[in-house]
Amino acid sequence: MSATSTANAPAFVAKTKGGRITDFVDQRVGGSGILREFGRKVFPDHWSFMFGEVALYSFVILLLSGTFLTFFFDPSMAETHYAGSYTPLKNVEMSVAYSSSLDISFDVRGGLFMRQVHHWSALLFVASLSVHMLRVFFTGAFRKPREMNWVVGGVLLILSMAAGFTGYSLPDDLLSGNGLRIIDGVIKSIPVIGTYISFFLFGGEFPGSVIIGRLYMLHILLVPALILLMIVLHLFMVVVHKHTQYPGPGRNDGNVVGYPLGPVYAAKAGGFFFIVFGVVALMAAFFTINPIWNYGPYDPSPVSAGTQPDWYIGFVDGALRLMPGVISDFHFEYIIFGQVLTLNVLLPALVPAGIIFTVLFTYPWIERWITKDDREHHVLDRPRNAPTRTAIGVAGFTWYCVMWAAAGSDLIATHFHVALNDVTYWLRALFFVGPFIAFAVTKRVALALQRKDREIALHGRETGRIVRLPHGEFIEVHAPLDEYKRYKLVGFESPVPLPAVPNEHGIVTRKEKRRAALSRWFFEDRVAPAAPAELEAAHGHHGQHEAVESAEAQRTLSH
Amino acid sequence: MKALSQKRRHPLAAIALLLMGLLITGGLYAVATTVNEAKASTTSFSANDTEEGGKLFAANCATCHGMGASGTKDGPSLVGVGAAAVDFQVGTGRMPMQMNGPQAYKKPGQFNEEQTHQLSSYVASLGPGPSIPSEELLDAQGNAAEGGELFRVNCAMCHNAAAAGGALTRGKFAPALADVSEKHIYEAMVTGPQNMPVFNDANVSPEGKRDIITFLKQIEANGSPGGADLGALGPVSEGLFVWIAGLGVIIAFTIWLTSRTS
Repeated sequence: MSATSTANAPAFVAKTKGGRITDFVDQRVGGSGILREFGRKVFPDHWSFMFGEVALYSFVILLLSGTFLTFFFDPSMAETHYAGSYTPLKNVEMSVAYSSSLDISFDVRGGLFMRQVHHWSALLFVASLSVHMLRVFFTGAFRKPREMNWVVGGVLLILSMAAGFTGYSLPDDLLSGNGLRIIDGVIKSIPVIGTYISFFLFGGEFPGSVIIGRLYMLHILLVPALILLMIVLHLFMVVVHKHTQYPGPGRNDGNVVGYPLGPVYAAKAGGFFFIVFGVVALMAAFFTINPIWNYGPYDPSPVSAGTQPDWYIGFVDGALRLMPGVISDFHFEYIIFGQVLTLNVLLPALVPAGIIFTVLFTYPWIERWITKDDREHHVLDRPRNAPTRTAIGVAGFTWYCVMWAAAGSDLIATHFHVALNDVTYWLRALFFVGPFIAFAVTKRVALALQRKDREIALHGRETGRIVRLPHGEFIEVHAPLDEYKRYKLVGFESPVPLPAVPNEHGIVTRKEKRRAALSRWFFEDRVAPAAPAELEAAHGHHGQHEAVESAEAQRTLSH
Repeated sequence: MKALSQKRRHPLAAIALLLMGLLITGGLYAVATTVNEAKASTTSFSANDTEEGGKLFAANCATCHGMGASGTKDGPSLVGVGAAAVDFQVGTGRMPMQMNGPQAYKKPGQFNEEQTHQLSSYVASLGPGPSIPSEELLDAQGNAAEGGELFRVNCAMCHNAAAAGGALTRGKFAPALADVSEKHIYEAMVTGPQNMPVFNDANVSPEGKRDIITFLKQIEANGSPGGADLGALGPVSEGLFVWIAGLGVIIAFTIWLTSRTS
């Protein structure tokens, strides 16, 4: 299209040298077209939409600081004697990897700062990614057409955990070595193939002399490349799908209300990168993270108290801590055909994480199947307007948090002066009942909030003005909402349970019955948004509707 | 003899006999305890210290540890625990105990240095035990690197590699070791207070203990080169910090960035 138009038009010659160079480049790469297209992309403005950006920027910071670290890090497990400037480790036998990490910390100019920037941004990367996923889940942004992008996001979460863990192990200090030993134990608990995988990974019996080099390659080559690929896919789909938006007047599934990318939004986003970088830099400058010199070199014999993984692996560690070794006489270790089956490691290490990720990846399809909703959704749900989904999310989140808390059970015990055993017993109980309590409470809260919304939409806002009527009755004056605010309270979908319908052969299948039951469970408790007729009744001058008491009172007053 | 046999049926004879018996056993006991004291005494304790210590003990400790420190159901016998144990327990304020519980908490000391010395003297007089370490072992001038290795192998599993403390079972815990005096660290190693095992001289040599103290004092003096240490508690406090402070500040910025000027 543009080719034909330029062929007919007289050749354009830019007036300045800069213009001519720009034109030369543009004719070859078509930059202006891309810019025109992207510059007009509209992004809605809301603070909760920026966590993905935070994750992206953290990743950029990780690449920059990580590259600096590779200049000085040596992933060798060869033995050496420390000769750097940290005296409490002087002449201590250690691996070259640990020694070079110490050198980065104490003898490379700016090295400690860069190490801390790298580690803090790693924690922030996974944290912002997780919050972004929670936002997407609770607002229903994973619905059609974004299911696949949700999956890409889940893959990114797993990859970020892998990146974090491989990096955590590199300094070869006591803490990370203890962590690696736990992973080794988990791998070995896998029936039959576990020991083979472990020996393959570590090049022999743990710890061997190759694991740091291998993890290093994964950490700086494969995992970041995969993350980058997934980010590209993710952003590509964001562009294709366009951004979602919160409900509001004038917003629907066919438009996007917000600022165009250029120039305002691009400036904001660019500035935000530097804000994130600044926050990370300040954290790295003033707060120490992973003080490897405290932990000493790895040696399989010592184990330090308070050994935990970084936060994103914490829930697996917590699950391991919660699992009892034996329950009175019942034990979890069996020998079957000469193979040891260690359920008290295998179950907690793999099952909760397996359940969480399975549900996470399949949830969009589960909900789609239950609701039979095949429409595209670009307007988000307020979490309260999807009570069951919100409750499911909070239940899952609670389950995660119980395991997460268990990873810090020793610190909970020492800092709150309670017995470690009691912490474990309580968390074990919460592991099973916590999600159900969270589900029930969340659903009730969501429904209550909906009722409150409905109340406000119908009767307006409480003004706090108490008025006494001539016959002695006291009433509070309610101020009506303006239309924009009311739209937010009434403009949402409130699906009803979908009963089972027969298929083309006229048969209601068992699967369809199950779906109908789930649909009932999903939607039976509902607070319908105030319908136009109700609003009319509440605000109009008909006066016979029972819901208009206060409006009526107000009218009486104004007479 | 005749006079005595004549008066043996005197009404006061029984009382006189009783008095005599008491005097003899009391005297023997006094002799016996001084003999014991002589065996266990370290040169720095005077007889006066022991006597004053005995009074303090009877007034403050005997409720649980029993008269003569022989132990009751509420407190163990202190015979043979040595002066070092008393100096540690009383010197750090753990004894007298703040409250009953799985473990005594550290608190401001209830006795001054002189009284602690007297109590140590008294308990040391009850039976031989570890004595208060001499100054040359407490100078913190040993080999910190070797002390660090000893610490990681022997101590870190409870006290944490950075000596930040850790949890034990059923409400017991290993305390953080910052601000603990050289003398008290040494005494803890030789006496094994609370739930700590004893590290006797065959286990960790006096020189090794000196190295451990050197290591602890050196990492304490070094402070935290990378900025505030967040309690030196490892990844849990780091994770908490990034979620609350890091993300908190960033959320504040996102709200600022997306707020409208109108």
